[in-house]
Amino acid sequence: MTDLPDKTDRKLGLVIDLDTCVGCHACVISCKGWNTENYGVPLSDQDPYGGTPSGTFLNRVHSFEVQPDQGAAQTVHFPKSCLHCDDAPCVTVCPTGASYKRAEDGIVLVNEDACIGCGLCAWACPYGARELDRAAGVMKKCTLCVDRIYNENLPQEDRLPACVRTCPAGARHFGDLGDPDSAVSQLVADRGGMDLMPELGTRPVNKYLPPRPKDTGGEIDILAPLLAPVAEEPKGFLGWLDKTLERL
Amino acid sequence: MTSAPKLNLSPKVSDEVRKTTCYMCACRCGINVHLKDGKVAYIEGNRDHPINKGVLCAKGSAGIMQVNAPSRLRAPLKRVGPRGSGQFEEISWDEALQIATKTLAPLRKNDPSKLAFFTGRDQSQSFTSFWAQNFGTPNYAAHGGFCSVNMAAAGIYTMGGAFWEFGQPDWDHTKMFMLFGVAEDHDSNPIKMGLGKLKARGAKVVGVNPIRSGYNAVADEWLGITPGTDGLFIMALIHELLKAGKIDLHYLAQYTNAPVLLNSDPAAPDYGLFLRDDAGKPLVIDRTTGKPAAFDRKGVKPDLAGTWRKGGISHRPVFHQLAETYLSPDYAPDAVADRCGIPADTIRRIAAELAHVAFEQAITLPIKWTDFRGEEHSEMTGRPVSFHAMRGISAHANGFQTCRALHILQILLGSVEVPGGFRFKPPYPKPPEAHPTPHCHARPDLPLDGPHLGFVQGPDDLALRDDGTPARIDKAFTWENPMSAHGLMHMVISNAHAGDPYKIDTLFLYMANMAWNSSMNTRGVIDMLTDTDANGDYVIPNIIYSDAYSSEMVAYADLVLPDTTYLERHDCISLLDRPICEADAAADAIRWPVIEPDRDVRGFQSVLCDLGARLELPGFINDDGSAKYADYGDYIVNHQRKPGIGPLAGWRLPPEGSGVGGTSDDGHAVGRGSPNPEQLDKYIENGGFFVEHIPAEASYYKPWNRAYQDWAVGMGLYDTPQPYLFQLYVEPMRKFQLAAEGHGDRQPPDHLRDRVRAAMEPLPIWTDSTAGDADYPVHALTQRPMAMYHSWGSQNAWLRQIHGQNPLYLPSKLWNQHGFADGDWARVTSPHGAIVVPVALQAALNDNTVWTWNAIGKRKGAWALDETAPEATRGFLLNHLIHELLPPKGDGLRWANSDPVTGQAAWFDLRVRIEKADPPDQSQPAFDPIASPVGQGPGSLAWKVGK
Repeated sequence: MTDLPDKTDRKLGLVIDLDTCVGCHACVISCKGWNTENYGVPLSDQDPYGGTPSGTFLNRVHSFEVQPDQGAAQTVHFPKSCLHCDDAPCVTVCPTGASYKRAEDGIVLVNEDACIGCGLCAWACPYGARELDRAAGVMKKCTLCVDRIYNENLPQEDRLPACVRTCPAGARHFGDLGDPDSAVSQLVADRGGMDLMPELGTRPVNKYLPPRPKDTGGEIDILAPLLAPVAEEPKGFLGWLDKTLERL
Repeated sequence: MTSAPKLNLSPKVSDEVRKTTCYMCACRCGINVHLKDGKVAYIEGNRDHPINKGVLCAKGSAGIMQVNAPSRLRAPLKRVGPRGSGQFEEISWDEALQIATKTLAPLRKNDPSKLAFFTGRDQSQSFTSFWAQNFGTPNYAAHGGFCSVNMAAAGIYTMGGAFWEFGQPDWDHTKMFMLFGVAEDHDSNPIKMGLGKLKARGAKVVGVNPIRSGYNAVADEWLGITPGTDGLFIMALIHELLKAGKIDLHYLAQYTNAPVLLNSDPAAPDYGLFLRDDAGKPLVIDRTTGKPAAFDRKGVKPDLAGTWRKGGISHRPVFHQLAETYLSPDYAPDAVADRCGIPADTIRRIAAELAHVAFEQAITLPIKWTDFRGEEHSEMTGRPVSFHAMRGISAHANGFQTCRALHILQILLGSVEVPGGFRFKPPYPKPPEAHPTPHCHARPDLPLDGPHLGFVQGPDDLALRDDGTPARIDKAFTWENPMSAHGLMHMVISNAHAGDPYKIDTLFLYMANMAWNSSMNTRGVIDMLTDTDANGDYVIPNIIYSDAYSSEMVAYADLVLPDTTYLERHDCISLLDRPICEADAAADAIRWPVIEPDRDVRGFQSVLCDLGARLELPGFINDDGSAKYADYGDYIVNHQRKPGIGPLAGWRLPPEGSGVGGTSDDGHAVGRGSPNPEQLDKYIENGGFFVEHIPAEASYYKPWNRAYQDWAVGMGLYDTPQPYLFQLYVEPMRKFQLAAEGHGDRQPPDHLRDRVRAAMEPLPIWTDSTAGDADYPVHALTQRPMAMYHSWGSQNAWLRQIHGQNPLYLPSKLWNQHGFADGDWARVTSPHGAIVVPVALQAALNDNTVWTWNAIGKRKGAWALDETAPEATRGFLLNHLIHELLPPKGDGLRWANSDPVTGQAAWFDLRVRIEKADPPDQSQPAFDPIASPVGQGPGSLAWKVGK
């Protein structure tokens, strides 16, 4: 089995804002595009124009409905990819050492040359974040765009995961979650960022910002004076208008 | 065991990046197309581009799968089997153009109106309309009539612009944003970016939509309104704000027609028209003198209260009539709450929140400006509430008046063209008077007498023949729908088949899937396209179609002109058309062939240049009869609509001797200037677009701001300054009412008098457009998913894995009432037909509404999909339930299922009945497969180009 590093120098990861994600799937397809062309084998599609199309994706958006005790049901869009856990069960389960966590930045990767496609890691991942590519027979997962974030062929501003660069609503943030002063750590602190299923002890690096309370309305009592009628009758209204206009 | 292989962290990204404009939807974002070995390797957003600033949606990134799609047409096709069979033979371009010329030349020579030329999701309307105008047919329009003409027309008539390409919320300053109806398929990335800005600073977002998906899912408050009642809800907000005096009186007096004097004598022939001076200018009472004065006179202080008696006729300000109308108890929250499905307390609270933000949280920017009356202002006051709406409120038969009501709410709050409110994007603001009126005079062998589409100012501008019958095949600009500014594409096939108002010879369509998802009554339209007369000839004799893909419509054409994909062509996103401007800048853009086609296809616009020359159309030939334009790229550079004004505003050459032109730091002219042979190269060097920023002092209050007006003239947007008042009261509508009441020479037919009188109310009214038979108690809607657009999304190998099928979503109430469970199917019946489709539960949905994704359903054999594709077996269209005509009323007349003001297709007025059904083997109705002219796609994909 494969060892995890005792600690990593940095904890690079994503902060995903569930209050802002509109569920547009931009991140899904941008990821598919970049990672089909880069890092390892392409993300293949089977029966792409047929009756049962299916393909390899490293990032997917799920939508859920939440029914509060009171008030209208709510819709939550939930993008999900590898969370680059500190205690990554997908790494420790790997029989060949193909799955590993980088000591320098904490990114969890698959060395495709060493991967035998046994699928144990996908079974071990409680988040369902790994997908076996059916064409190549190797395990694929989010690389945090390791071939973008350090890429000297890209301008500095583009050294971001493809999903973060493309997100139209700005719901995805990238940075060092091991540094409490980083922008992403600050965002997590300000907005009550959460681990996904912390009870599993995987200690994910990625964080989710929860949706803000919805449909709370305003306090009608506070705002009511704003709607005090100026007059009970339309004619009275025009009289009021005359007076108001004089002051203009 | 630890294994950390050495990684190449800096792989070469691509050989070359070519920057062009996306066409995966109508948003027109800038894209960086990465090429490896001459092939498209990756597409990302262009950070410098004014629309998307680097971001890109799912559709945009999936463009790579559109460019390699197996459904791409490969060569011109000539039909060899019966229409609808899909049996074609490939022919040469020379033969295709000869056939087209032979078909069209006699029409032009004898009666150009025998050609109906309609384009769909066309982004070259200023060009295609120019072609049609030179051909001489009055029968031209694009798809606006079945999309959002209500929004566009209501906005132009009310305030000289509407949402999306006309304007945008002031995302950087707004504090409360209300979003009405389906809006996820237009202005896609800018709205997401704007919502992101609001979310980042905690501004409130309110969604008003029966369906809580997409943007409504992130809204801080969701109002699950009953479809078609948005106007009533808005009028209740107006009622509350008026009652409380929470309106911007200064703004109304200065910038709107609220103070304009109306003839108030019901017996007068000018009843309801403006009092005007000898120069025709509307009059207001000047508070300084107490006497009438032209609205725009220097120093005039318009009075909202003063009345005036002249010649025994009393006149009162528009504002009086407006206040009286909406203070009526009919619009009180308690009176409308049940119909809207929104509690009265909630309506009152939203009104109070709007008032609170607009007036208690007003903002000022320290920007000096001078208004059109010459008054100088030391700062700009802003009302930081903003709104957006699109098809959701538009696609109802009450849509025009509902859209008008929304604009009136914005204007009463003083929140248009002010900081924090709604801002126009050049070439808007532009009042209706600055647009053309419709032209329809077809003459043998001559061009049309002017532009087809425009804004009528009264009955005299209707497109009627001398005998009073409709001049256009779609009956646009007639008494049935006088203000049909975008035409009625959805009526063309039905009217052509019926020979009503006349028969045509050739139907020429571009990029419009009229044999499937773009038509109401799909089955009926298919039958009309294939119907034959007693001689066995097709009732619609000739059909020519241009598309890039093997859509359902292809099978119904006699001649198919294969278009390129968007990465293989020239286009211009022009200021003459629907540009990419932002509120702070004028901007336009191009597409250019970043890759060459690997098939025998040609850009449709280049084909029109060729065909125009073959037909010897003026505008397309030189004096010696030779072709004027080698291709569309040549046209883009060298065409001049009027001297100095061409399709593109950037990098023109300085006009000789005039000194006119915008700023330029490199010896080029901006806006006005001569054609520059290097113009396209300059665009390509700049990333495919051009931006000219608006000076700060011109950034808000644009309709009344001298600095903006002068800048717009310099840019060539106007020829002279065009300051104007917002039209709370639309006088041209009153002119139609007067005609219906018997005044004037041009009179409506008697059977339409009451309808014109009722529909053309000059202050917005609400009518129950979805009222129907109690047998059909449930509202049924469609939306387009953000990850897909129009027809061509679900042939895309990546996107169809996100939305490969479309269940009918039911709210909990109906789900439980009918005892549905997962995997069930429902029979859905409307007065027009029935479908049997799969269902799914959605709790966050109006209690009495069902809906599905639009245009996922496909016909077997189309789009190079396998016949077992879920789009063709479980997917479906609601279109089968919607007829282009209303059910017969027993009067023997054909009544369109359209807005009576504009003719907008009333898609969202649909009501249905739901029942549980035995699961069929596939969605019903099922259609026979059509033969695919392009075969089927491959069984697997692993798209990696280069090394």
